[in-house]
Amino acid sequence: MAFDKVWVLAEVADGKPTGTTLELLTKAREIGGAVEAWTWGGEGSAVAATLGAYGATKVYDTGDLGGALPGVPVAAAMAAQVQGGNAPTAILAATSYDGRDIAGRLSAKLDVGVLTNVVGLSDDGTSEHAVFGGTTVVKAAFTGNPPYLFLVRPKSFAAEESGGGAAEVTTVEVPDAGATNAAKIVQRHVEERIGPKLDEAAVVVSGGRGLGEAEKFSMIEELAKLLKGAPGASRAIVDAGWVPYSYQVGQTGKTVKPTVYIACGISGATQHMVGMKGAKNIVAINKDQEAPIFSIADLGIVGDVHKVLPKVIEALQSRA
Amino acid sequence: MNVVVCVKQIPDPATPGKLDPNTKTLVREGKLILDDSDAYGVEMALQLADKAGGGEVTLVSMAPNEEVGGLRTALAMGAAKAILVSDESLKGADALTTAKVLAAAIKRAEPDLVIAATESTDGYTGTTPVQVAELLGLPAVTFAKHVEIDGSTVKVDRQTEAGYDEVECPLPALVTVTAGVVEPRYPSFKGIMAAKGKPVDTLKVGDLGIEAPAVGQQVVDVAAAEERQAGEIVVDEGDAHERVVAFLEQLKVI
Ligand SMILES: Cc1cc2nc3c(=O)[nH]c(=O)nc-3n(C[C@H](O)[C@H](O)[C@H](O)COP(=O)(O)OP(=O)(O)OC[C@H]3O[C@@H](n4cnc5c(N)ncnc54)[C@H](O)[C@@H]3O)c2cc1C
Ligand SMILES: Cc1cc2nc3c(=O)[nH]c(=O)nc-3n(C[C@H](O)[C@H](O)[C@H](O)COP(=O)(O)OP(=O)(O)OC[C@H]3O[C@@H](n4cnc5c(N)ncnc54)[C@H](O)[C@@H]3O)c2cc1C
Repeated sequence: MAFDKVWVLAEVADGKPTGTTLELLTKAREIGGAVEAWTWGGEGSAVAATLGAYGATKVYDTGDLGGALPGVPVAAAMAAQVQGGNAPTAILAATSYDGRDIAGRLSAKLDVGVLTNVVGLSDDGTSEHAVFGGTTVVKAAFTGNPPYLFLVRPKSFAAEESGGGAAEVTTVEVPDAGATNAAKIVQRHVEERIGPKLDEAAVVVSGGRGLGEAEKFSMIEELAKLLKGAPGASRAIVDAGWVPYSYQVGQTGKTVKPTVYIACGISGATQHMVGMKGAKNIVAINKDQEAPIFSIADLGIVGDVHKVLPKVIEALQSRA
Repeated sequence: MNVVVCVKQIPDPATPGKLDPNTKTLVREGKLILDDSDAYGVEMALQLADKAGGGEVTLVSMAPNEEVGGLRTALAMGAAKAILVSDESLKGADALTTAKVLAAAIKRAEPDLVIAATESTDGYTGTTPVQVAELLGLPAVTFAKHVEIDGSTVKVDRQTEAGYDEVECPLPALVTVTAGVVEPRYPSFKGIMAAKGKPVDTLKVGDLGIEAPAVGQQVVDVAAAEERQAGEIVVDEGDAHERVVAFLEQLKVI
């Protein structure tokens, strides 16, 4: 089965399509005939050139959503197109906040399932899924009628330009979704981060519960800064409130694939490893020789982070 | 205020998940427990109902073999009652099928607020709650890290890529909570004893007035993921930092 037409949910951050959006467009080109993108909030025209450069010929934009969370109105607009006869074979979205909201709504509206945690997709219609915290790969296929909905994990595919021209932007109507569309954003809060983005950095230094206390995370930040990298974290210390959620690496956090990942005081739960085991090189520092993280580390240091890290930092400072 | 909490009962995550080599669906044998992810929802519901000064917390679960292990834990935390849908025809259900069943069961409790987790521990599609909301015609606010009720409005701090959004939504509504939204209580001995007598309404699909929904997807193959090999392990004798620095040098990141 080939995909005639593939729609990609294009997410925009800081005026640019997200990295995952470009990955999805590249994949869509590979498996599909025509590739078209969806944006919302009137962002379509600003990103039409980039979306086109990665293979989209058309961009559907919903226009301003009036502060509504995108899940309901975007799914309503997409469903209206599908029901009006403009239907794709497949719809690709990222496993992101809005991606899941939109895919979930659309799935119920169109009465089609969603294949989730997708890490591979081929033009015979089968998808690959990382399940059980990434320890098992499952191949799946839809048995019903299209459109087929796929929620894809970030960094599953490489992004490559196609050299296409700017995509043509069409503003589509958002049908009245009534009471379901009542959730409104009243205030946005942006957490400041310095240095490269966690999911784009060449070096990621992450800390876990083994740091012992919130103040010790400064060691992680210091080392990350010295290596021009980004600090990351395990969920244990995010839940404990030591660092914001945006630092979290793993199943429910970010997927990272840096040149080097340095895990400090992190045990290596499957849910953490699924987010970082794609790193080219892994260094782990943990005082417990039996910690699972050592099973995937290229260099494992059995030691106390409070002893090893200050010395690494000092050594790097003296080189600077 | 009446709150429904969706609670999934899952195999103990300490023992890794398995797929049946023949049917390629999850092996669900042995005792099921309350999904940790849903303990947050139960706690949130109990606190909100308490603050609202009345109303009941009802649990809704779909699970095989009339399993109540996880429900008893949530009842012991303080929920008033539970609706359990258990039906042989639901074996191998996908998320949308699950959502159809949950939606039909939730309707019976006529809630002002429905709470679920952002994603379960075993299947983690993270789509079921939004599908439930759509089927019930409810607005939804996902990824809540803080929830408050103000009259007939639910106010949520919703996690975002960049930070968080303050979102407001009129009730009735569905909210999905993240881990850490509240600290779940441990069931007290009194709670555990009381839970034994609390009502669990066990239903079949037919009792809900719906037909067993068809599943539109299929697992065709299962394989172990490629494993990374362990490299060198060095026990720190006071000079391990030199190894780290040398490794970084070799990779040319310094
Ligand atoms: C549905 C679900 C989703 C999840 N998603 C994620 C996710 O996205 N990301 C994530 O990270 N987790 C996730 N988790 C949680 C995960 O299962 C683990 O609980 C978590 O990763 C543990 O964090 P940790 O390694 O920091 O803590 P711990 O497991 O407590 O490990 C601490 C480690 O530090 C070591 N240590 C202690 N003191 C020192 C010292 N002085 N020096 C050196 N080492 C020391 C210990 O030996 C231990 O190995 C998820 C769980 C569930 C159920
Ligand atoms: C490894 C694996 C991969 C799977 N992949 C897919 C897939 O790609 N697509 C698909 O459609 N299905 C998939 N399934 C099936 C799916 O997990 C089940 O249908 C499940 O009942 C609902 O999805 P979930 O566990 O992913 O829930 P999620 O959507 O992750 O759950 C979020 C919350 O919804 C509530 N909830 C979910 N299920 C129940 C329940 N049974 N009872 C009460 N509350 C509940 C809970 O509050 C839960 O925390 C998969 C299952 C497994 C084991």
